[in-house]
Amino acid sequence: MSLEEYKGVFIFAQQVDNELSSIALELLGKAKDLANDLDEKKVTAVLLGDNVGGLVDTLAEYGADRVIVVDDPELKDYRTEPYTHALASVINEYKPEILLVGATAIGRDLGPRVSSRVHTGLTADCTQLDIGDFPLEPKEGVEQKHKQLLMTRPAFGGNTIATIACPDFRPQMATVRPGVMQKIAPVKGAKAEVVNYNPGFAENDCYTKILEIVKAVSEVEDIQEAKILVSGGRGVGSPENFKILEDLAKVLHGTVSCSRAVVDSGWKPKDLQVGQTGKTVRPKVYFAIGISGAIQHVAGMEESDLIIAINKDENAPIFDVADYGVVGDLNKIVPALTKKIEEALAAKG
Amino acid sequence: MKVVVCIKQVPDTKGGVKFKPDGTLDRGAMLAIMNPDDKAGLEAALKLKDEYGAEVTVLTMGLPKAEAVLREAMAMGADKAVLVTDRVLGGADTWATSSTIAGALRNLDYDLIITGRQAIDGDTAQVGPQISEHLGLPVISYAEEIKVDEKAKKVVVKRQFEDRYHMVEAKMPCLITALAELGEPRYMTPGGIFDAFEKDVTVWGRPDLKDVDDSNLGLKGSPTQIAKASDKVKKGQGEKVAPDSADEAVEYLVGKLTEKHVI
Repeated sequence: MSLEEYKGVFIFAQQVDNELSSIALELLGKAKDLANDLDEKKVTAVLLGDNVGGLVDTLAEYGADRVIVVDDPELKDYRTEPYTHALASVINEYKPEILLVGATAIGRDLGPRVSSRVHTGLTADCTQLDIGDFPLEPKEGVEQKHKQLLMTRPAFGGNTIATIACPDFRPQMATVRPGVMQKIAPVKGAKAEVVNYNPGFAENDCYTKILEIVKAVSEVEDIQEAKILVSGGRGVGSPENFKILEDLAKVLHGTVSCSRAVVDSGWKPKDLQVGQTGKTVRPKVYFAIGISGAIQHVAGMEESDLIIAINKDENAPIFDVADYGVVGDLNKIVPALTKKIEEALAAKG
Repeated sequence: MKVVVCIKQVPDTKGGVKFKPDGTLDRGAMLAIMNPDDKAGLEAALKLKDEYGAEVTVLTMGLPKAEAVLREAMAMGADKAVLVTDRVLGGADTWATSSTIAGALRNLDYDLIITGRQAIDGDTAQVGPQISEHLGLPVISYAEEIKVDEKAKKVVVKRQFEDRYHMVEAKMPCLITALAELGEPRYMTPGGIFDAFEKDVTVWGRPDLKDVDDSNLGLKGSPTQIAKASDKVKKGQGEKVAPDSADEAVEYLVGKLTEKHVI
């Protein structure tokens, strides 16, 4: 493999039911950053599906300079083999230097299969991507390569962190955790170069058949799946007052959860309980509102990426685990916070 | 019907991760266990044994001490066990690991290969799908339910996605990656434990791997290389502020949320 032939940052533009997944736009945002540090600055989105041409302009608005579209009925709903064939064929034809894929239920199946087919490395669930030297420091007897993709990821349940490179194979592939990278503010009316490509699909023994698709309709949201949890304790005061937490959760597209005291008081169902006798959660952001922070509660949420506590008792143990703690009246702070976030998000578009 | 379950011995992170005084992980103080998703996969295989009389083989790659998880699997009801161990296989990334396991699987007969979705140490979820590609088999990841039609040589799997599931049919042989939802693993039985220590564990080294080039094994065969690894130092206390007004508190929080790209 001649590494120099591989150029440009590509992203897999995941769509489901002909709607772009948020991760596709997040990857574009990161891809633009990375491309800035490389010689080839063009960002390419690879769009696979059936009748997906209508999504091209959105990809352009969020940063794609070029969109390679593989449009085929075989790609209507996600199946490993035809998607692998399509993406691997695009790689072989267009030779990306970097390929980013979302670490979703699709990407975590497609990524490994594709990396095996084209024989390159794949780093899973990255939370940080940079361009830099490998090895990081010059080492005698080892060629230090420049402008490599440095992929950083947590492992061991988030207790360790590793930075990984793929210096001798191309493309450098990573799956990226959803919700971590930033989308750019969309550029209205932006256009991308569109390349239609079809490698041809011939059914083989690896093709599976989808017998049924069942979309989830759940009454109670799964708090373990939530990226943002707005959690309330006894300090919220009443079941009715959870409304202010629900409003905050709504503007952040988060979910409401609670402490054991709240469940014991009959304010909320057990499904929403965080803690040793409830559920262990690891959201990106955990708001502990009116929660004192008993050790049993903390055991269920301390691994959250970011913990924000609001409590009127300055000695509440929750402040020992919080990244940011505010001593004050939740009844005043929470509604005002909701309003301010709403305004900030509206301003961003 | 023959089922092979790939399992891994991992340090237990669930029973509380142990830290040394300097804040780094204390691996020695943690128990070595069978990876939970793999155990759910084993349970699914044992159900196929109960129902169809399937022969269940467990296979692991690791240090010699990984034999412990094979014994445990046999005590739960697995029929045969294979340990793939060799110094030259050390330092493998997911590409080299999957190449190794595929090389071992080529020596075995199977209708179904089951792996866990992901191991709790690496959390990559890559090895299962990568094995399937090396062997040219269909793969169905994230399985919540498995139904087998032995006569038609087909499986129907409930395949989980974020907001839906697909009922997917695949021809056997195929590879399935298992979610914990597949079933609460059964306990070892006293008789099973006794039998498990009577049975032999087949041990394979590098020469036993079929159709794999040296260039695809171990540290040398790994396309990904570690630039830097560190234990995340256990979280210290964060900031605590006591603002005079709600507006001030909100300003503080919005600033932090913006800084952290939450909004």
